[in-house]
Amino acid sequence: MNLRRVAAMGRKELIQIRRDPRSLAIVVLLPLIQIVLLGYGARLDADHIPTCVYDQESSQDSQALLKRFQASRYFDVRKVVHDYRILVAAVDAGRCKLGLVIPWDFSRRVADAGHTAVQAVVDGTDNNSAQLAVGYAQAVVGAYASDVQLEWFAVHRLPRQAAAPLVVDYRTWFNEELESKNFIIPGTVALVMVLMGALLSSLTIAREWERGTMEGLIATPVTAAEIMIGKLLPYMLIGVFDALLCTMLAVGWFAVPFRGAIGTLLVVTIMFLTVILGIGYMISVATKSQVGASQYALLVTLMPTTMLSGFAFPVDQMPVPIQAVTYLVYSRYYVSALKKIYLAGSGVLDLWPQILALAIYASVIGLFATRAFRKSLQ
Amino acid sequence: MATEPATSGNGASIVVEELVKRFGDFIAVNAVSFQIRRGEIFGLLGPNGSGKSTTIRMLCGLLTPTAGRARVVGLDVATQAEAVRQRIGYMSQKFSLYNDLRVVENLNFFAGLYGVKGSLLSERTEWALRMAGLAGSEQTLTRELAGGWKQRLALGCAVLHRPQVLFLDEPTAGVDPLSRRQFWQLIHEMAADGVTILVTTHYMDEAEYCNRLALVDAGRIVAAGTPTAIKRTAIAGDLLLVECAPLGHGLDVIKSAPGVLDAAVFGAVLHVVVSAAERARTELPAYLNAQGIRVDRIDAIAPSLEDAFVALTGGSRLIDEPAQ
Repeated sequence: MNLRRVAAMGRKELIQIRRDPRSLAIVVLLPLIQIVLLGYGARLDADHIPTCVYDQESSQDSQALLKRFQASRYFDVRKVVHDYRILVAAVDAGRCKLGLVIPWDFSRRVADAGHTAVQAVVDGTDNNSAQLAVGYAQAVVGAYASDVQLEWFAVHRLPRQAAAPLVVDYRTWFNEELESKNFIIPGTVALVMVLMGALLSSLTIAREWERGTMEGLIATPVTAAEIMIGKLLPYMLIGVFDALLCTMLAVGWFAVPFRGAIGTLLVVTIMFLTVILGIGYMISVATKSQVGASQYALLVTLMPTTMLSGFAFPVDQMPVPIQAVTYLVYSRYYVSALKKIYLAGSGVLDLWPQILALAIYASVIGLFATRAFRKSLQ
Repeated sequence: MATEPATSGNGASIVVEELVKRFGDFIAVNAVSFQIRRGEIFGLLGPNGSGKSTTIRMLCGLLTPTAGRARVVGLDVATQAEAVRQRIGYMSQKFSLYNDLRVVENLNFFAGLYGVKGSLLSERTEWALRMAGLAGSEQTLTRELAGGWKQRLALGCAVLHRPQVLFLDEPTAGVDPLSRRQFWQLIHEMAADGVTILVTTHYMDEAEYCNRLALVDAGRIVAAGTPTAIKRTAIAGDLLLVECAPLGHGLDVIKSAPGVLDAAVFGAVLHVVVSAAERARTELPAYLNAQGIRVDRIDAIAPSLEDAFVALTGGSRLIDEPAQ
């Protein structure tokens, strides 16, 4: 390994990135766009769910329940109708996501046993929002029911503890205002690493072939390993820069807590980048075409990272066979490390399982990558 | 056996023995052998697809020979490719510098890859800039250079590390005649400094600049020697230039004329090989006129390499478009 040759290779690569507006955009704009897009756009909490209410009873009790819905910031009661068909039509037309039917015997059933039954008609096209809407509605109704019960017991001078058998604490369902954002944004760093790293490293070798510069390059004494390291080192530096940029945005703009150490973040990021850059490089060697290589690289890296890393969809909510598959997805270990570093303040020692897994991946991929390219025109 | 190290004895700096390259069923290079002395300019002359580039690529260690062997400055190209690459410069047929790098950035890049360092670096870079006539254009983006300048910059990048051997694959393809002459001037200066040069071309006039040549056709060497020797031995008689009309019919008739050994179309005229020039000059016009062919001109000419090539290959041409 001749460091002068590695340095010459790396310098050349950096100059080319600087002169190529598309690469530059991927390096600088992509992290900003990802963080802002996901920070604002991909909130999994729903609030101001458009709601339509059909109050069949129109009693004092049903009005009290309705007021609770109106007071909740999760619901936006747009319409009070007096016909079931109108309610269904409103949901069908998408004017409302939630249709709430308060039955004609609502106050009697509340008074009798505290058992309440309220029908919710939900637009299920967006499964996640639908579940949240139902959850929030249950919480509002449940809170109302338990208040009524407590009142009833108080009136009848019964001891409170015995009296409230089923006061479910719905606070866990009610995401604190920022919780999903805190959950999503740390994982976004992984997404940026994958997009930037896989995309740009997949171009490295293919570009030399396509531009006809490969022949001149391999006629020099530079070795295959020097080409690889010289080419990937700049992307490693850029990746680390992007990870820090994302973190600054996450903390400075979106007020996501960062309770861990920057050093820990750098350790796992460098390991993860080794895996991603190695994969992109190998694909570049294999395909020899920039368009083909970038598409394969994104398919191989981005898909599992968005779907199976726990970045947005928690792994423990996946079906068991899928959960098993996620153990093979290297991004899973990085995403989980990121969340722990950001939110739990975990250090290198706490993260040993993630670091071990990433180290194994980095060594194996690194080993294959150094053998992928042969200096030959065949 | 003739396996002594190339740098010893006869002073050969490149030794090629029965070199073969096969791509599937296609034999690109078919048992080619030649030797090149130190400081010699050796040309491979042949049409596109005749195996010139494949030969050069094997000698640079870019392709592995299917059979045979080759030594460059005493090193085996198949087993000691990296050591070979440190001692050679290579200019590929297609321009292979970085168009998005500045002139000086390309030079620095290749200097770095060849391990040129310290004070030698600036000395060699400046030398290359002067040689290429690019002093003052260091900051120009390479893509903005005209063809001739690009070629000279590529040459500069290939010789930054003072290689002992220089491989030039069609170095002047697509370059204007003036730049070509200047380029060859540089090549001769380097050869005078002791650099061994192997160059491929399909330009006859360029081939004349070489000390020695090998004529290549369909992967085989059909003749080798100095340009003069090749021309003298390839043509087994005297050469006549015949201008006649109609040309095509004239060719058919002239081939069967007495004393005519061979004939071929060269642009708008015929080149006719005859056993005796003076006799043919007097007899041919009458013979042709009798067949209804008008003869406008008939002269004895000196054979060119193209004539030699046509004679040796039985009709192959060096370039697709007819020569003048």
